[in-house]
Amino acid sequence: MLEVGRHPNINMLAYSEVKEVTGEVGNFTVEVNKKARYVKEEVCNACGDCIAKCPMKKVPDEFDMKLRNRKAIYLYFSQGIPAVATIDKEHCIYFVKGKCRVCEKFCQKGAIDFEQQDQMLKLNVGAVIVATGFDLLDPSGLTQYGYGRIKNVITGLEYERLINATGPTEGHLLRRSDEKSAQKVAYLQCIGSRDLKNCSYCSHVCCMYSIKDAMLAKEHDPESVSYIFHTDLRNVGKWFQKYEIRGKEEYGINFVRGRVAEITEDEEQNPIVWYEDTNTQEVRNLTLDMVVLATAAMPSKGIKELAEMLGVSTDEYGFIRTGLPFPTDTSVAGVFACGFCIAPADIPESVAQASGAASRAAEVVFARKAKKRA
Amino acid sequence: MAEELRIGVFVCRCGTNIAGFLDTEDVAEYAQTLPNVVFTRENLFSCSEAGVTDIRNAITENKLTRVVVAACTPLTHEPTFRAACEDAGLNPYLFEFVNIREQCSWVHKTLREEATQKAKDLIRMGVARAALLEPKESIVTDVIPSALVIGGGIAGLTAALALANRGFEVKLVEREKEVGGMLKNLHQIYPYKVEAGEFIATKIKEVEKSPKIEVLTGHSLEKLGGFIGNYQATVGSGDGSAKELKIGVIIVATGASLLVPEGSFSYNGEDVINQLQLEERLKNRAFDAQNIVMIKCVGARVKERLYCSRICCMTAIKDGILIKKQNPDANVHILYRDLMCYGVANEEMLRQAKELGVRFVNYSLDSPPVVEDGKVKVHSNVLGRDLELESDLVVLITPLIAREGAAELSKLLKVPLDEYKFFLEAHVKLRPNDFATDGIYICGSAHWPASTAEAIQQALGAASRASIHMTNKKVKVEPIVSMLFDEEACRGCGLCASLCPYAAIEMVETEKGTKAKMIEVACKGCGVCAASCYKQAIKMIHYSDEQLTAQIRVAFREKEVESGV
Repeated sequence: MLEVGRHPNINMLAYSEVKEVTGEVGNFTVEVNKKARYVKEEVCNACGDCIAKCPMKKVPDEFDMKLRNRKAIYLYFSQGIPAVATIDKEHCIYFVKGKCRVCEKFCQKGAIDFEQQDQMLKLNVGAVIVATGFDLLDPSGLTQYGYGRIKNVITGLEYERLINATGPTEGHLLRRSDEKSAQKVAYLQCIGSRDLKNCSYCSHVCCMYSIKDAMLAKEHDPESVSYIFHTDLRNVGKWFQKYEIRGKEEYGINFVRGRVAEITEDEEQNPIVWYEDTNTQEVRNLTLDMVVLATAAMPSKGIKELAEMLGVSTDEYGFIRTGLPFPTDTSVAGVFACGFCIAPADIPESVAQASGAASRAAEVVFARKAKKRA
Repeated sequence: MAEELRIGVFVCRCGTNIAGFLDTEDVAEYAQTLPNVVFTRENLFSCSEAGVTDIRNAITENKLTRVVVAACTPLTHEPTFRAACEDAGLNPYLFEFVNIREQCSWVHKTLREEATQKAKDLIRMGVARAALLEPKESIVTDVIPSALVIGGGIAGLTAALALANRGFEVKLVEREKEVGGMLKNLHQIYPYKVEAGEFIATKIKEVEKSPKIEVLTGHSLEKLGGFIGNYQATVGSGDGSAKELKIGVIIVATGASLLVPEGSFSYNGEDVINQLQLEERLKNRAFDAQNIVMIKCVGARVKERLYCSRICCMTAIKDGILIKKQNPDANVHILYRDLMCYGVANEEMLRQAKELGVRFVNYSLDSPPVVEDGKVKVHSNVLGRDLELESDLVVLITPLIAREGAAELSKLLKVPLDEYKFFLEAHVKLRPNDFATDGIYICGSAHWPASTAEAIQQALGAASRASIHMTNKKVKVEPIVSMLFDEEACRGCGLCASLCPYAAIEMVETEKGTKAKMIEVACKGCGVCAASCYKQAIKMIHYSDEQLTAQIRVAFREKEVESGV
């Protein structure tokens, strides 16, 4: 992020959305709405004084999966680029009630600007690269897993925040029901993925991140016991099988081949998973402290509108279609795509695809320059 | 006469990030008492326009010869402060950064006094080093706008075309008599239903038509000298004739080979065949079996080869679909351990195969299938019983393995391999197409088994990475490099050259015998050479022993004074 933020050839527009795209390969006009932060980007240096003084303390923090609250003026996350505070208009006391402006008073740099407006920017570019990533399926609709009803059933992303030292529990794996340490934890694969009623495709990254999650739990608490419930364990990447073996041998992860059918709860709010072990054809259950759902990854919200704006075709799930000869190219000349927006991909795949898309875009720009010279 | 040392120290409050947890005023006052310090200033934000102007003015007005900023990290603001020095006419390498935020105020939030003392200690150390800093200039070298692509399969052809289309010269070296690689022998490319032969033929034509690409078939790399931007490559055809090429960057795209399952499951190449042989039969319309059993993970994900070859599941499923479409009455059984149909299209193929009646049987490594005359016996995990499957053709699905010659090539290029002899990239997550050595890039199955689409994405990626230095025409690196400062002492043992992770040291013959020679532009300043040289003939520029020892000395001297030692 720092590298991008500092690169002389990159103009980064965060907190901004594409509104309209016209033109064609070599000459696109893109209209971008740069949303008002009510903070002057070029002045603010994220010292945090305003955040410390802001009296509005009860806004659920989206970055922390709403596991804790933030202020109405906030940094999305501490390493975020650009490092600039933003006022959340919907929760800001001044915007809601017309009185407060505490942040303005305490900002030593005079960066607060309540008069700031959204800005419509027009960009002229030769090529467009789509890299909008993914969102995760909300598992509330899959009622058999009890998410939302059973407190100690959480999603993989919520787990990431809990196990993170800068997260809401300072890295302690605490149960939502009673704040006690969770030691016996199950990680369930294919929640909504490879599921004809939801996402019939494979989300590709969950098998491996679940192994990582279980390793982190063990590193945090040597007494912890982990179970990974899976169907096919898809460790296709470089050194992934060795990673799985390490998980088994060094971290004692129990791999159970079987898809969990249902989760119930006992009196102590411990989740109980019910499953068939397909290696023994037996139906069993297991009581746990916590269950982590590896939910399906889907194209990010808004991909449909963006695809329409660009005129690119998508598949039935909303992933942007690419193909041969160039799996970096969309159906529209000059519009390229990489990463999760074309299909689930892990980090090295996304990075390689991104460099690939950049190469294709550079070809377009070069051809245009060469033509001009001729 | 030694120059007069006039050191300026700037202590940043960083709003409350630093000043909130330690006493910056006290720290600044202390800095004033340190040797050679003629100026100190406490800034609200040293990195702000006001802070930077302050530094610039102080340099001019107080004739500062060294600048120390105690603030955050070099990663966030070193360029800012170096630029400020340069603007005021001071060499940017006479600037010293002291971290009192990430490594002090932020980690000692509850210990104000101790944090204040630590900040003083850190600044005292910074001032001691600053006194010994020397002016330096960036190292710059030109880049020849020409690339060597090694390997003429789909990855190499794609990379060559991507670079040629951007105006760069490309030399494409292929060991075999013709380019095209593995796709020449394949039937269809999954999941696209594209004929592999036609697809690769089109690519080859494009390459042949390109005026920028010179194709050298029957040639391989024999010798390589030079460094990023300026390599001399010798390519030969094995008959003694050799060609000298001058190139700026190198892309490795040598692909992989299919493991031949000699000795496994009665493999005979006739009714027990491998996946390539099946592809050939399908491609040549010479396929007529009725009962087909495919066995997956033959030689893969086993003790000798603890990896999944990534593409075989899909190839097998694609072939299963083709067989069922050609002859719906055929019986196709695929015996598998895990079905690796990651992503969208692969999983869709799996569903289609099931719909067409391809049967999948899950076996485990503890009870592998047994191939007998005309049948295959297997224990199905899911059914919990033994099955006996009729078969007139058994296909053994084997993994991709590193190409023969990968080890020799890695030695020539001085880039590493992993334990299975696949090429080892700079960073397995973040730099999949780079080697640690700048100027050399990697793509396709030479790096790890890759599907056609993945090989193309990676080839474009490698081309993109390789094009950066050629576009800039120059490579500029910081002068934080190693240097042979005592040539007499160097015994020419070559330890430093063999340990250098970046191929930045070569051993050369001189009048005084074999000596180490540093390739400054390839050096990353890691210091491995200097640390390992038992004659202490190598010195690190900008991080010299004198500078570091001075820091260490003052770090402890103060303590000694305090405790009365």
